[in-house]
Amino acid sequence: MRITVTVNGQPYTRDVEPRLLLVHFLRDELDLTGTHWGCDTSNCGVCTVQLDGVPVKSCTVLAVMADGHEVTTVEGLERDGELDAVQKGFVECHGLQCGFCTPGMLLTARWLLDRNPDPDEGQIREAISGQLCRCTGYENIVRSIRWAAEAGR
Amino acid sequence: MQVPATFEYERADSVTHALELLERYGPEARVVAGGHSLIPMMKLRLAQPEALIDINGLAAELGRIAVEGGELAIGALVRHAELLESATATDLFPIFRDAERVIADPIVRNRGTVGGSLCQGDPSEDLSAVFAALRATAVIQGPGGTRTVPVRLFHEGPYETAVGPGELLIQLRVPVAPGTGSAYEKVERRVGDWPVAAAGAVLRVEDGVIAQAGIGLTAVGAAHFCAPEAEEHLTGRPPGAEAFAEAGRIAAEHCAPSADQRGPADYKRHLAAELTRRALATAAGRI
Repeated sequence: MRITVTVNGQPYTRDVEPRLLLVHFLRDELDLTGTHWGCDTSNCGVCTVQLDGVPVKSCTVLAVMADGHEVTTVEGLERDGELDAVQKGFVECHGLQCGFCTPGMLLTARWLLDRNPDPDEGQIREAISGQLCRCTGYENIVRSIRWAAEAGR
Repeated sequence: MQVPATFEYERADSVTHALELLERYGPEARVVAGGHSLIPMMKLRLAQPEALIDINGLAAELGRIAVEGGELAIGALVRHAELLESATATDLFPIFRDAERVIADPIVRNRGTVGGSLCQGDPSEDLSAVFAALRATAVIQGPGGTRTVPVRLFHEGPYETAVGPGELLIQLRVPVAPGTGSAYEKVERRVGDWPVAAAGAVLRVEDGVIAQAGIGLTAVGAAHFCAPEAEEHLTGRPPGAEAFAEAGRIAAEHCAPSADQRGPADYKRHLAAELTRRALATAAGRI
């Protein structure tokens, strides 16, 4: 099936099988390997991308469902060579150790701050509650997102 | 790597079109919306539909929440996150806020739908208990038109519902009445997990006595997700701690939990009683 998906502002047209999952479309068809692939069961959240601006777990979305829609991956957060505030926050506050969960965390953090520019710790923890950090670095992830909120004020 | 078996994929552009597609592809076709139950089952090859009918484009027809004719109407394609954020729904029935806050996680709630949750028919599903407690009605559309089924008759067994081949669940309707309070209590092992047990309660009080009680139970083997014996005990009594505790005891007595990795049957039965009692008390406080 021929689909066109706009990823990080750029349209891509590909022939795909309907059973291809969005995470594999991004990684294998478009070589956008910033989106990670983890548990395959929509539990861990490392495959989180934004679909029409809303975070979804891309291991549980078919690529054909994204036909005609817009996807944002971690590669699309940077603007004109400058990192997004959430990326800077993760740098400043040591928000990653191994980095496996980081792309998904960043996209959820961006979505949270777009809806709520000044979230408290509880709201941040709630927003990322569907994503696992295998280094258990949650304290610094929360601090990183708070840093981005304060930087955006 | 988990990959579904091959299938045909069709995108519906209206409810009528979805019904035509269901007829064309026959009983081995499945409707997909959020996909957060069906796609994992397809990846594990527990489900191998020959065709998927994608209804994600039908938000204009199936994605509305509105009060019409004394009922709250919730479209089958309403996402969990939309129900959680709907002041219309949660102001009338706080049970929706209580339940949606603990269904899966925020990312899954962005995608999963109300109708999909009910149609999956999982015996541990939360909204099935919520709508049973609320005495909601399911609106099902087929080639011959629409029909309604009380939610308490919607589930015919694990993973089996009243929606027949060629039919589509389009809406849930909840009667709105003054003097009503509602609440949901769930115990889960961790965020996003299925409940160990959960209970929903809806109380309508008139002239100081309970005119109608609705109790929904999930994950504890309650037939049709409800507790009619406990509801009967409450009807006509003044709301109060003693009545609520007794209703919890009766609800626990009549359910049939089974032991699994989430806990032994005795513990789940204890939870059924205690969570029913707590949900009733909270519901009464919200009238």
